[in-house]
Amino acid sequence: MANRPLSPHISVYRFAYTMALSILHRGTGLLLSAGLIVLVVFLASVAKGEEAYAAFHGFASGVAGRLLIAAFLIGFCYHLANGIRHLFWDMGFGMERAQARRSGAIVVAVTVLGGGLVLWRVFAAGVAS
Amino acid sequence: MSDPAQALSRVLGHGSAHEGAHHWRVQRVTAVALGVLVPWLLISLATLPDLTWPTVQAWMAGLGHAALLLLLVLAACWHSQLGVQVVIEDYVRGPARMIGLLLSVFLHLLLAAAGVLAVLRVALTAQP
Repeated sequence: MANRPLSPHISVYRFAYTMALSILHRGTGLLLSAGLIVLVVFLASVAKGEEAYAAFHGFASGVAGRLLIAAFLIGFCYHLANGIRHLFWDMGFGMERAQARRSGAIVVAVTVLGGGLVLWRVFAAGVAS
Repeated sequence: MSDPAQALSRVLGHGSAHEGAHHWRVQRVTAVALGVLVPWLLISLATLPDLTWPTVQAWMAGLGHAALLLLLVLAACWHSQLGVQVVIEDYVRGPARMIGLLLSVFLHLLLAAAGVLAVLRVALTAQP
């Protein structure tokens, strides 16, 4: 193959936080793919019976399980908020630089709020048995 | 005309807008579905009186709940597959690329089958 220049040359761009938001969409997407596995294990444990469900519940309500679930849920907050941002772009709205930065800030704010709610619900609210 | 899946390739004057457009469209359709279904699942679970097996099982056995769960599992597996596929296509080179793509399809089909079977089993075996 010809030794021609290839895009993207990430290194030639001055860093802007919207770039971090962009890669974070993929990062949280992959995280949620792992979450999908846990969701299916959860459904399967319910179908399998009381004992299998108890094993899943035991793991999910432990510290590691709660941390994992919190990570999935916070990832989901971000992926959903930023996904809506993407849908607006798809329809042709908000693509100016200032607008993209503002919507990015909104996404971060939504994630922080949603993430706070998740952490409170998963750790502090004393999730019922 | 105003199909956004084909607008870009038309403006650029190339691209047949067949498979790529289908990928693009399904990714967005499943995204919107999941934007509704996942919050529904989380709120439903969070508002159950408790998370013991009888409660969760009875909730899952409801026909409406089971139907929405089926949709959720299928939409999530499809959306996840499309996303993982793009990540592999963008970052993985060499033989690992094709292996990764095939593995991704296989695992997502497996997840979809397992999820659908689990929901159906609970919905179909529940005592009315």
